[in-house]
Amino acid sequence: MSEALRIEGVHKSFGKLEVLRGIDLAVGEHEVVCLIGASGSGKSTLLRCVNRLEPIQAGRIFVGGNEITAPNVDVNAIRRRIGIVFQSFNLFPHMSVLHNVTLGPRKVLGLVGDQAEAEATALLDRFGLADKRDEFPDRLSGGQQQRVAIVRALAMRPELLLLDEVTSALDPELVAEVLDVIRELADGGMTMVIATHEMGFARDTASRVCFLDAGTILEEGPPGQIFSAPREPRTQQFLQRIVDAGRL
Amino acid sequence: MKLFCVAEVIILPAALFLAVLRSLPGPVFFPIRALAIAYADLFRGIPTILVISILGFGMPALGLSWLPQSEFFWAVVALVLVYTAYVSEVYRAGIESVHPSQEAAARSLGLSRGQSLRFVVLPQAVRRVIPPLLNDFIGLQKDTALVGTLGVVEAFKQAQIDQSATFNGTPYLVAATLFVAITIPLARFTDWLIGRDRTRQQAGRLA
Repeated sequence: MSEALRIEGVHKSFGKLEVLRGIDLAVGEHEVVCLIGASGSGKSTLLRCVNRLEPIQAGRIFVGGNEITAPNVDVNAIRRRIGIVFQSFNLFPHMSVLHNVTLGPRKVLGLVGDQAEAEATALLDRFGLADKRDEFPDRLSGGQQQRVAIVRALAMRPELLLLDEVTSALDPELVAEVLDVIRELADGGMTMVIATHEMGFARDTASRVCFLDAGTILEEGPPGQIFSAPREPRTQQFLQRIVDAGRL
Repeated sequence: MKLFCVAEVIILPAALFLAVLRSLPGPVFFPIRALAIAYADLFRGIPTILVISILGFGMPALGLSWLPQSEFFWAVVALVLVYTAYVSEVYRAGIESVHPSQEAAARSLGLSRGQSLRFVVLPQAVRRVIPPLLNDFIGLQKDTALVGTLGVVEAFKQAQIDQSATFNGTPYLVAATLFVAITIPLARFTDWLIGRDRTRQQAGRLA
């Protein structure tokens, strides 16, 4: 299995607050890695560092074998290869769904309008959004908006997809439609790193689960092991709280 | 009216350019940012009538043959200088009101900083500041009266001429009516735009 992503000794601070304290992680192609852990444990920050939205203070990150944290690398070229979907969707409110999806392919990949539209329409169709093509984001439900955001990221044909708590801002009844999309992508072999609070989803879909605590990966392993026989007391505590809250 | 139109056409893009300069990030652009800030502070600080007088009387008095001598030209320059400073602040407020997550989303697609600004940030910023922009239009329209001090004959100057010829105050009323006839529709149009925006946002929230 070749390597899609490798993170080596990454440190990240916001001022005096050290959010990531030495993260090491390797993700193989077609692997789905779920990051779990309490809010503030560094899951989102880690994802944002991987696509260079946040500068890191130490460590190195490789995507497909190329170091993206080297000085002088073209940041835009890196981001072209990595898709990210945010908790708050971040669709462009002044553009139609179709325009949201085609902006990147047209301006960054240099596709002509017709081709970009055809590809976008095919993707929207695949995820049940064909009839929303010409709507504006504020006319869509949260679940639909998030699916559009996923399609927007996919339209760039990324080799790696980062999902940052993509269901956390959704009403409970809309979570399933978004998780279904992610499952379908996993089945299709998309390499993904997913920060999530949906433990049931992580257990069923992840090939590997990492438990983050206070800026380090405290424990990682196959979902079966992490969820049924966690080794670290902190992991046990965290999962116990989730079970107590009726979320697993 | 011609004065107002000519000035406005120059102000809108010039102010946008200034606002973009001021939002450039990083220490590399510090001198440019500093210049943009100094410009805005200076021309918002000096009373408009002083700028008009300095340029309108001062420039032709320099006696430099390559400088335009026309009062109309210097009137336009003065109004452009002053209002570009005001309008750039309006644009800047608009740019800053677009949530940083929008730029993050654009950059994450691989768009450059310039592309993000052009396709994602500015279209939203400009749409949001249309009402305050129209407000500045109204101010500009009224301030064209100050240009009369240079001898450019706009409505107020014409009224003064007619009043001194006839010793009758009515021309002032006529001039005032003319100004109001332009500014009131502009004001109502602004209100209408604000109202439409609000309805749209509410509709968006309900949907």
